[in-house]
Amino acid sequence: MTTLPKTTNKKLGLVIDLDTCVGCHACVISCKGWNTENYGAPLSDQDPYGAESTGTFLNRVHSYEVQPLATSTMPHPAAQLIHFPKSCLHCEDAPCVTVCPTGASYKREEDGIVLVNEADCIGCGLCAWACPYGAREMDAQEGVMKKCTLCVDRIYNENLPEIDREPACVRTCPAGARHFGDFADPESHVSRLTAERGGMELMPEQGTKPVNRYLPPRPKDRMDVPQLTDTLAPHLAPVADEPKGFMNWLDKALDRI
Amino acid sequence: MHPAPSVIVFTTLSGLGFGLLFFLGLGMPAVTGLNAFIFFAIAYILAVGGLMASTFHLGHPERALKAFSQWRSSWLSREGWAAVSALLVMAAFGAGAVFLDARFSLLGFLGAALSLAVVFTTSMIYAQLKTIPRWNTHMTPVLFLSLSLAGGALLAGQITYALILLPLAGLVQVLWWMQGDKALSQSGTDIATATGLGEGGTVRAFEPPHTGTNYLLREFVHVVGRKHAAKLRVIAFTLGYALPVILLLLPFSHALAGVAVLSHITGIATSRWLFFAEAEHVVGLYYGKRVA
Ligand code: SF4
Ligand code: SF4
Ligand code: SF4
Repeated sequence: MTTLPKTTNKKLGLVIDLDTCVGCHACVISCKGWNTENYGAPLSDQDPYGAESTGTFLNRVHSYEVQPLATSTMPHPAAQLIHFPKSCLHCEDAPCVTVCPTGASYKREEDGIVLVNEADCIGCGLCAWACPYGAREMDAQEGVMKKCTLCVDRIYNENLPEIDREPACVRTCPAGARHFGDFADPESHVSRLTAERGGMELMPEQGTKPVNRYLPPRPKDRMDVPQLTDTLAPHLAPVADEPKGFMNWLDKALDRI
Repeated sequence: MHPAPSVIVFTTLSGLGFGLLFFLGLGMPAVTGLNAFIFFAIAYILAVGGLMASTFHLGHPERALKAFSQWRSSWLSREGWAAVSALLVMAAFGAGAVFLDARFSLLGFLGAALSLAVVFTTSMIYAQLKTIPRWNTHMTPVLFLSLSLAGGALLAGQITYALILLPLAGLVQVLWWMQGDKALSQSGTDIATATGLGEGGTVRAFEPPHTGTNYLLREFVHVVGRKHAAKLRVIAFTLGYALPVILLLLPFSHALAGVAVLSHITGIATSRWLFFAEAEHVVGLYYGKRVA
């Protein structure tokens, strides 16, 4: 059914920490690996070793540069580079679900995961048109729509050791930049992170009510702000600001040369 | 958006075909016998041919029947229902006119209404998408309906109606273009809201996720040069609307009417190409491909 459930019992999703992501793309690879070797049509590549290689991915890492505005105290503010992983945000008001003519796309009432039943998908692509985030990709080999499953075949999988019952991308991330949990539970790890760090929605104006949250990066490089340049500076105050006596003469003499 | 030829052919031809069916259903012209056969054959070739073309871009056309299941939520599914019911009702009406010399007017009115419903549902598939601000407007159904009616009147030989509807459709087209050019910047979606990083300063896409291209870029990030687009708009407007009107105003001849129809179809196909090629999907923002 492509009508959306009114509410879901759980709201499973990811918190992605833009402050700690180092842009290593490990989540991209582990996602592709898990989702090619397990549930559903494999994520194919076209011309993988050629000049024009392309392929299907459920998770991609962009990189953005943020250039703060120059001010009188910070005439040359340092630009910040932010790595930005993006996979399906398992939206509460998922437009990708309601447009689907076949019922292949659906949102689960029990946990809010948005999935595609590949056996019903006609490959019309309309759901990918409706997703503002580019979270759906049509597999060129299989002609069906692929998207992040929130690793539904891991998180409930009793054949896996308990420590592995979380999404492949979360399990893999070496920087701990991806967190998985239930946003419907205010005490969950992900809800607390969101509350503490001001977790944000992407494109809130699109009205999709994404479940996934992004933690904003903290400002890192403050070279321009004198008081922050060196925490040891106060203890290492220069002994003499202006050279005097012989040193003054030497200074001037050297300047003249 | 990638201007897929199958979708351009589909929306252009089926729009015309259902427009023609609308007028046939209303009894304009009130044809019977062989004449009716010719009119209905043309309408069905356009409408059905267009629908068939649209299945070419499906990944799994053999499962197309499943698309009838979600009419409660999906405009694409509703379009399927509208198309099948319009074609069935008009087939019964047409059979009456062709073989029995009979005109079941009620059936005709119903068929006419359903034909318009097809065009409306098609337009809503595009108009519903918030992700494509240029399409996400009430003007889109107005554009599709006015085009289909104008083209239908032209094909049905309803000169008076065509002379009213064509300029009207042309006006809607121009307004739609003007509104569309502002749509992305007015939508409030830009690279800052897309990334949530706007508070820290000016956001610039620094590196895409891959060195190569991908499905998203192929499907959604088609960039047409401004000059190129402007020229095509002039061509679309001249051939689609202006020239047919001028030709219809000249003393009537079948040859001129034929040229008017061909000119109209070419113009509308051009306008449809632009409809897709100029449509900016917001996902392009993530790739730094949109200047809002
Ligand atoms: S991110 Fe896109 S694919 Fe995922 S639920 Fe939201 S709209 Fe659908
Ligand atoms: S591509 Fe498949 S899942 Fe997406 S809207 Fe079409 S049928 Fe539904
Ligand atoms: S949750 Fe699973 S499917 Fe989704 S991005 Fe992570 S690894 Fe990929």
